[in-house]
Amino acid sequence: MSSEWPLWEIFIRGQHGLNHRHVGSLHAPDAEMAIRHARDVYTRRNEGVSIWAVKSDDIVASAPSEKGPLFDPSNSKVYRHPTFFDIPDEAGHM
Amino acid sequence: MYAQMVKTEAKRVKSREEMTPEEAAFQDRIEAGEKIEPKDWMPEGYRRTLIRQIGQHAHSEIVGQLPEGNWITRAPTLERKAILLAKVQDEAGHGLYLYSAAETLGVSRDALIAKLHDGSMKYSSIFNYPTLTWADIGAVGWLVDGAAIMNQVPLQRTSYGPYSRAMIRICKEESFHQRQGYDILIKMCLKGTPAQKAMAQDALNRFWYPSLMMFGPSDKDSVHSAQSMAWKIKINTNDELRQKFVDQTVPQAEYLGLTVPDPDLTWNEDKGGYDFTEPDWAEFYAVLAGNGPCNRERMAARVAAWEDGAWFREGLMAHARKAAKRGVAAE
Repeated sequence: MSSEWPLWEIFIRGQHGLNHRHVGSLHAPDAEMAIRHARDVYTRRNEGVSIWAVKSDDIVASAPSEKGPLFDPSNSKVYRHPTFFDIPDEAGHM
Repeated sequence: MYAQMVKTEAKRVKSREEMTPEEAAFQDRIEAGEKIEPKDWMPEGYRRTLIRQIGQHAHSEIVGQLPEGNWITRAPTLERKAILLAKVQDEAGHGLYLYSAAETLGVSRDALIAKLHDGSMKYSSIFNYPTLTWADIGAVGWLVDGAAIMNQVPLQRTSYGPYSRAMIRICKEESFHQRQGYDILIKMCLKGTPAQKAMAQDALNRFWYPSLMMFGPSDKDSVHSAQSMAWKIKINTNDELRQKFVDQTVPQAEYLGLTVPDPDLTWNEDKGGYDFTEPDWAEFYAVLAGNGPCNRERMAARVAAWEDGAWFREGLMAHARKAAKRGVAAE
């Protein structure tokens, strides 16, 4: 049986109040070791206050070929941005 | 440069007319500065060349721990020992980032390591030179990491997303490596005894030409280099980077009061850079072929570490499987 440790994706919360962000991946035999390795590799210079580790196999990703159908429709919906609307100066800050 | 003489399989760079529509669209994306991500379509040659290049780079980081590891237990003070330990740990991390980047191209880390161990993949020639004195640790940080930075800073802009992101992370840490090396030499040359300064000069004498070799032989006429540059997995020619390295390093040697071991080194006003003697390329090819001072020792140490650690890797996997099974049974 292969003894290669599974791959994990590592997410770090840089500061309190921020989202966890993907920083990279690593190999570890189990969740506990994944956290330990992530701490040793990705937080050696005060980069984080919290770690998430997710097995790479468990990540579901959109396919590059779906890019058009998924993301193009929002191009034409400029009214979703606040800058679409002109508010008169007299109305004050909004 | 931690990747030397990476082959691309190209006999010549394809003209636009020769490209398939997919290849042309791919080349357009590269030229527009877009990043290529793992699931995107890419030419097989691009994928395989990147695996070779990133793999060689990763191997260099890992084998590169050995010459410095030699001095962890011999560092002159506790502080120097802690610093060196932190640097060698960084190198292990750099190897990990790069192996991870290679893995996104569909190759396993174990497969890459097996190729290193059977000699079918290489690592940088520089790590086949011994670190005989403490001054060598200074010279390695200053010159070897300095040369690596020359190559890695432009590679942050490489076309392959995971490689680019690994390079950005690595470059943040490399600067610490080069400075710690130079700091060792400042201590020995400017605040040390004549014997310590002589030791630093000896280290420079031995590491100067091997450092110049790190960039590889001139590749201005190489088809592989042209293809890699078209793909933006190589940003500068070897000669450009070597020139930049010499121009940056000579004043640093002068500040230390050390003499670069090249009697023909002269400032060339016209080109705004130094003229210098090329390293002995016969020596470079001999080292790449496995006949440098330490090739056998380095590979023996790597293989022993891998084999001696097998029981531990397998033990942890066995434990993880058992724990997972228990977890399922408990539900």
